[in-house]
Amino acid sequence: MIPAPFTYLRVGSVQEALDALAEYGDDAKLLAGGHSLIPLMKYRLATPKVLIDISGIAELSGVTFEGDSLVIGAATRHAIVEHSPVVKEHCRLLAYTASLVGDPQVRNRGTIGGSVAHGDSASDLPVSLLAMDAQFTAQGRNGTRTIAAADFFVGFWQTALTPNEVLINIKVPLAKQRWSYQKFTIRSQDWATVSSAVYGNAVALGAMADIPIRARDVESALLQGADISQAALLADHNTSPSSDTRASSDYRRHLARVLTEDGLREALARN
Amino acid sequence: MTTRVNISINARRYEYEVEDRTLLVHFIREQARLTGTHIGCDSSNCGACTVLLDGQAVKSCTLLAVQADGQNVSTVEGLTGSFNGLSPIQEGFRQEHGLQCGYCTPGMLMACTALLAENAQPSESEIRHALEGNICRCTGYEMIVRSVQWAAAKQVQQ
Amino acid sequence: MSLVGARVLRKEDPRLLTGRATFVDDLLPANCTFAQFIVSEHAHADIRHIDISQALQIPGVLGVWTALDFRDYPDLPGGLPDLERPPLATGRVRWAGEPIAVVVAEDRYIAADAVAAVKIDYNVLPAVSTIRAALAPDAQLLFPQHGSNCLVTVPMLDDLDRAMEACDERAQLRVVNQRCAVVPIETMACLADWNIDGLTMWATFQAPHHLRNKVSAWLNIPQNQCRIITPNVGGGFGAKIVFAPEFFIMPLLSKWVGRPVKFSQSRTEAMLQMTHGRDQEHDLEVGFDRNGRIKALRMVVTQNLGAYADPTGLGLPVLTNWMAGGCYKIAKVQTAFRCVVTNTTPVAAYRGAGRPEATYAVERLVDLVARRTGIDPVEVRRRNFIEPQDFPYETHNKAVIYDSGNFPALMDECVRLLDYETERKRQEAFRNDSSKPLIGIGFSTWIEIAGFGPNGSLEGFGHLASWESTQIRIHPDGSATIFIGSAPHGQGTETIVSQIASDELGISFDRINIVYGDTGTVIQGIGTLGSRSTPMVGSATKVASQRLLERAKKIAGHLLEASEDDLVVADDSFSVRGTPGKKVGWADVALASFQPLRLPPELQAGTLEERLFHESPNFSYPSGAYGCVVEIDRRSGKVRVAKMVLIDDCGTVINPLLAEGQVHGGVAQGIAQALFEEMQYDPSTGQPITSNLIDYLIPSAPDLPNYIAGRVNTPCPNNPLGAKGIGESGAIGSPPAVVNAIVDALSHFGVEHIDMPVLPEKVWKVLSTATKGST
Repeated sequence: MIPAPFTYLRVGSVQEALDALAEYGDDAKLLAGGHSLIPLMKYRLATPKVLIDISGIAELSGVTFEGDSLVIGAATRHAIVEHSPVVKEHCRLLAYTASLVGDPQVRNRGTIGGSVAHGDSASDLPVSLLAMDAQFTAQGRNGTRTIAAADFFVGFWQTALTPNEVLINIKVPLAKQRWSYQKFTIRSQDWATVSSAVYGNAVALGAMADIPIRARDVESALLQGADISQAALLADHNTSPSSDTRASSDYRRHLARVLTEDGLREALARN
Repeated sequence: MTTRVNISINARRYEYEVEDRTLLVHFIREQARLTGTHIGCDSSNCGACTVLLDGQAVKSCTLLAVQADGQNVSTVEGLTGSFNGLSPIQEGFRQEHGLQCGYCTPGMLMACTALLAENAQPSESEIRHALEGNICRCTGYEMIVRSVQWAAAKQVQQ
Repeated sequence: MSLVGARVLRKEDPRLLTGRATFVDDLLPANCTFAQFIVSEHAHADIRHIDISQALQIPGVLGVWTALDFRDYPDLPGGLPDLERPPLATGRVRWAGEPIAVVVAEDRYIAADAVAAVKIDYNVLPAVSTIRAALAPDAQLLFPQHGSNCLVTVPMLDDLDRAMEACDERAQLRVVNQRCAVVPIETMACLADWNIDGLTMWATFQAPHHLRNKVSAWLNIPQNQCRIITPNVGGGFGAKIVFAPEFFIMPLLSKWVGRPVKFSQSRTEAMLQMTHGRDQEHDLEVGFDRNGRIKALRMVVTQNLGAYADPTGLGLPVLTNWMAGGCYKIAKVQTAFRCVVTNTTPVAAYRGAGRPEATYAVERLVDLVARRTGIDPVEVRRRNFIEPQDFPYETHNKAVIYDSGNFPALMDECVRLLDYETERKRQEAFRNDSSKPLIGIGFSTWIEIAGFGPNGSLEGFGHLASWESTQIRIHPDGSATIFIGSAPHGQGTETIVSQIASDELGISFDRINIVYGDTGTVIQGIGTLGSRSTPMVGSATKVASQRLLERAKKIAGHLLEASEDDLVVADDSFSVRGTPGKKVGWADVALASFQPLRLPPELQAGTLEERLFHESPNFSYPSGAYGCVVEIDRRSGKVRVAKMVLIDDCGTVINPLLAEGQVHGGVAQGIAQALFEEMQYDPSTGQPITSNLIDYLIPSAPDLPNYIAGRVNTPCPNNPLGAKGIGESGAIGSPPAVVNAIVDALSHFGVEHIDMPVLPEKVWKVLSTATKGST
């Protein structure tokens, strides 16, 4: 399993990355931790001609405050997010979710930006970020724009990022909300068969559609005073889970209800 | 496209002109000729290729050599200690029969080394979860867990 | 102090722990080239055209070869007449992943580029990936010349109908023993170097001489110019005794390019090209009385062979039929089997090879009898056990005569260590408490066939013979090298053989080394397979050591001017019984053995060398009782193994640490089969859908339990060690214990069987149906 040939470019600033993207267009891919991209390249399911390594851009790494948000640089590694005292204090949901990504070796290399930019619905972080209404900052040649989590995930392995943009950071709210992240796997080290994130009154689901989605019917039922078990029964409304070797779509629907109920109860208990 | 890459492995510098697509594991095995680090899958699941990169456990089959340019890699060949030259974790695997065919072992040892550096007294559950990215097809894992516990106990004594 | 029976640390470990061991892919001789196969994208197709022109233009590509280039060479060894597997697909491909062409390049990166550049035009045919599809009346045939996808049928001698009708009750069961991928962490690899002195090939293989014999015959070269070396081997589990095409093709490529050629599979290639295991369907019937005594058992096995009949694949249902009666006294056992080809990877040995399938069938049936009669499954087992005084026990098959065992004692110990009564109470208490998991308790009392084997047994699988060899050489300083015909790859045979030889020869453990895995140095061997190394090569070494020691004592007696009958040997020296201080070191005796002037007249220089081919009068029959407690999450259906008790009887234990390790590893694979693993194909296209370690679910450390191991020992009467072998026991005994526990947990819903792997969804379906039914 060997990647097809390519040219590797290490860039030192976002501007350099943007210049390289402009120069190479569709032939280029951004590389951060590489833990989504390099396996695809080894299978030759991705064959970029140019890899632009943004992991060394200092401004893309680390955790800072900005108003009532926590700003996570896109190239911040999962292990940093998982262990960061700041993230642990101000956004437990994010730290906990990061701790369930892959395995220790993957968390030492994989980055939050790489994970969300890959746009896999069975990934952990996108689900929690969606529940938190995280804001994604993208920079292009014409400046930066902010993309709401609800608009960020577009389709199977597709995000709202254009080929000429670099994801700069992800902003999550500092507000202390009750939270939970529930991940069902058959084996310990696995992608989520289904996952469910609860943050305040928001509920998001992973692996229940092409993209991570909000369980809007659950959220409105709760707002209308439904109890947790009743509301959780609506978790699979407007979902379109696939069937694969791990689970049928029916079973995924069931798991979504179970995980959502467990998540809501756990979140409530943390209140 | 090729790039001149300079990587320190076990405190020795290795500088080679390699294709940009060269995987770190192949740089270690075929350029540096340190063949203790193995390859067991294509998908970052098995952990046989685990090495330490600037002290952190990583899967060297999912890194490019150019990404590690200028960094420090530790492999099984670099482990040393006071047990006849073996480190506590190596000796733990010997004492508790934590290996059979030995193919996954170097990756296991490096994952365990990283674990014990971070958490000198891991619980059984912490050991098992720290090793969830390493597959062994021979031992059924219990003896690997015991091996880590042996090493943890010895590290405390020392 | 005796080393046999002691917890001796392994000789093998230091090199493996330091990265100093050599596996095939670690070798990189000067001028080495790299080979890779171009494989079929389709499960079943005719090859219209292979375009290698683009691949040949890539700088560094040395050539691309197809079946045409091998037309002067025979098909691969083994298989069925006229249905053999060609080294590369000839005209038609029969599974997705079948090698079609091979590229050789300057390095593995260029080889991969060349593979991607080869274009193949196919005429796609309908594919059959299941037994049912293969046997459908209008099924697409893999071998039209044969007229059916069923290649072999061995019918029942007596249909058992009368015996069944005479029983109080009868029960039928259909079970599937699903296809598993073997997945040694080291994939297949070989390095062929054919130069003017002949061929040397390093290969990851379990039986180097076996490979040497077949490769030299295939290439039509003398065996003394065909040297096979199996260096450190990263697990085999049965898949590395298969005559894969790379072992025949790479030597020729080396000859043709005039350079060493290395081949090493990626995991994805290994998932499709290495043989798979299991894949049997069983139609079972059992007749029994109201007291739970089993009177008759019928087993009809259908073996999915995959795309070609591998010789060990053909042997799997034979062994399953042989072991159909399990550890029970059953008056009438009748068996039959048939072998079917499908558009899937060929099936061959995988740890247990035919016996896990038998054990699973019998142990599921015994639990079914318990269910139908309302008698505790432990009690049903006790009522049907072959008793200790019944050995040797002749089974329904003449080839199978159980050597020794004590099933009641195994069961008692298992029940004790499982804390059975307490677990039953916990199960009862939890059953009606929806906040608690469902508890299930399952047992498997089993016997398997190992120590392959008596003369004639391995010959059926294409081996030269069934003995195993040892050759002991004493060096002039009194250290010893023992050359063994086995080819261990994780079993710890170096340690085991050293322990045995040290005890017998009085040479210290550290002054003995073991050489194996090289046809250039080991005179002749069979290999490591069928749980045979300890009973066969261990026995060989014990007897050879005794014979060699007789001559050493003659020399020592001559040097000490004492009677050899008065000599005792220990701690690297010979001393005279009752005469303290009168002793001579092994080193001096060894030195004298090379100095004619110091030898007694009847001996000649070099006398301290002994070789022995150990033949066994029978197989050995390891047995055991395994108990499992599972906890099932009521909402997701996810199963957790909460307790796993393993009582083994492998006869004499040479090294308890290594014996336990073998059991753990086998049980881990057994639990994995019960709960996680299945090689799956898209039924409409025959495309594999679990061909990587993301989708093929191998458990890692958090997914498996700790094991509670115990032991009952009944020595094997058929070899001088009394050892039965233990390499495959765990994989044989554990799957039914787990599945019986799961079925037990779900029994109050009326569940009598659930197929492996018991993924959460299967259990959820049972639970959700039951819940709907009750509301």
